[in-house]
Amino acid sequence: MEEKILEGKSFKFGDDISTDLIAPGRYFHLRSNLGELAKHVLEDADPDFARKVKPGDFVAGGKNFGLGSSREHAPAIIKLAGVGAVLAKSFARIFFRNCINVGLPALICDTGSIEDGDRLEINLASGFIRNLDKGQEIRFNPLPKVMIKILSDGGLTEHIKKNKGFNL
Amino acid sequence: MGKTLAEKIISDHTGKEVAAKDIAVVDVDVVMAQDGTGPLAVSQMEKMGITKVKKPSSSILFIDHAAPSPRKELSDSHIVLRRFAQKTGARLSDTGEGICHQLLVEKYVCPGDIVIGADSHTCTSGALGAFATGMGSTDIAVGFALAQTWLMVPGTIRIDLDGGLARGVFSKDIMISVIGKITSDGATYKALEFSGNMIGNMAMDDRFTMANMAVEAGAKTGLFPSDEVTLKYLEAIGRKNCFKKMYADPDAGYEQVLDVDCSRLEPMVSKPHTVDNISPVSQLEKVKIDQVFIGTCTNGRLSDLAVAADILKGRKVAHGVRLIVVPASRDVYLQALDEGIIKDLALSGASVMAPGCGPCVGVHQGILGDGEVCLSTQNRNFKGRMGNPNSFIYLSSPATAAWSAVKGYIADPREVLV
Repeated sequence: MEEKILEGKSFKFGDDISTDLIAPGRYFHLRSNLGELAKHVLEDADPDFARKVKPGDFVAGGKNFGLGSSREHAPAIIKLAGVGAVLAKSFARIFFRNCINVGLPALICDTGSIEDGDRLEINLASGFIRNLDKGQEIRFNPLPKVMIKILSDGGLTEHIKKNKGFNL
Repeated sequence: MGKTLAEKIISDHTGKEVAAKDIAVVDVDVVMAQDGTGPLAVSQMEKMGITKVKKPSSSILFIDHAAPSPRKELSDSHIVLRRFAQKTGARLSDTGEGICHQLLVEKYVCPGDIVIGADSHTCTSGALGAFATGMGSTDIAVGFALAQTWLMVPGTIRIDLDGGLARGVFSKDIMISVIGKITSDGATYKALEFSGNMIGNMAMDDRFTMANMAVEAGAKTGLFPSDEVTLKYLEAIGRKNCFKKMYADPDAGYEQVLDVDCSRLEPMVSKPHTVDNISPVSQLEKVKIDQVFIGTCTNGRLSDLAVAADILKGRKVAHGVRLIVVPASRDVYLQALDEGIIKDLALSGASVMAPGCGPCVGVHQGILGDGEVCLSTQNRNFKGRMGNPNSFIYLSSPATAAWSAVKGYIADPREVLV
């Protein structure tokens, strides 16, 4: 697992942020142009998000983040926008798996106390999030071992390339 | 302890006995992507440095989400898929053949199979007694390359369906009501397994509708046992040989059992903007509608179009309402033509389009205007789903949709189906 500490500002979202809100269907034609699609990331949840987000920032959602379609473009453009990790009380299954596959840390934790704009420090290896503005510590659930393996190889593509198949 | 259907199928594919929560690398029987997710799968395979598809005859690329293409960019994506199929021998299902999930059950999936697809509604094939689940493009790229995937064996919620349905009430109404109970994330990581006295009388079309929407409760798949009904279905489409009886052991362990008395159900809708925001039609205030859509991998099959045509025959769609009908596959379309269903629908004022996903994905063929309301037979109604975040989507059965198209507002089909 990566040792590095992530630090950034959080953007707070509510429950049930669907992949339609993250990567809207009306931009379907941009799916083979992720750079352009990323300009619309999370547009229907926060129209200004793509303009405001800085490399290393975090997305903090409520429950069932990423529900809906299997479009991997959703986590891919969140990562492309520079987001360091997505935090949520719970994730929809396919979205969670896609995050790991594209190498975007998805952390399950109690995001209730995190407010929009809070600066966070995340230690992926130790499982702790420090809210620098509030002085609080939040634990996140460790990922399943297979996912740690995929994530530490840099995503599923790299894992398969390196091992010439699954090595979980 | 015995095994659930999911545990049985996954065990059969790993060469060892597995139970809920185990992690398994499994061989997969069918792998697919569609035109929204396929191009990324193709480029991920290139990044892996793999050029060969392991099982070309059961690796399929479906052009259904934006077909015929409404834009140049999407036409270019279609070219990527056609070239990939040509180069690797993978199967291509081109414009007009229909929706991936419908074609999978018509042509590819057998009971007992493991099916992975880059589309969340891949769970539809679970109605045949297959373990079928949606994944992202990279997982599917690996599936094309290795014919393998990794899975966590899901725990299972068994749904016991008992009692008969009243006239005007359909499997869509059962499933909307089940999702209301489980909620949109109540089955996350789990499988749904449908059981109970009622399912023996349930036609395949009705089972497909229910398995299709398992993901709307967060589930990994939705499984039916394969039985006489499955056998007859496969026989009728010339695939009898692939039948295998699949069922859960009587002493299997379930995380939860949900009893549903179907005789008490009435026509249901999901209200904007989540599938679990449910209401009986009878309790709605008068909801005026601008568009009605009958089709999709949930409810675009022959029996769905037939019940709509029964209601619409000799009637006209209300002034100010647009009715769009999209058959789920070419076979469905041809049968509906033969039976006069398409004519009845067209005479009532419907726009009947080529088989495919239609307006469900918000790409084309019926994008909603600001403030407009659509009643659709599709499976999800998230904000922006049909191409406009400033519009409102209600979900219902084809019967409710058809009768509402006549009335101009969401109306109870029991008023006409007596």
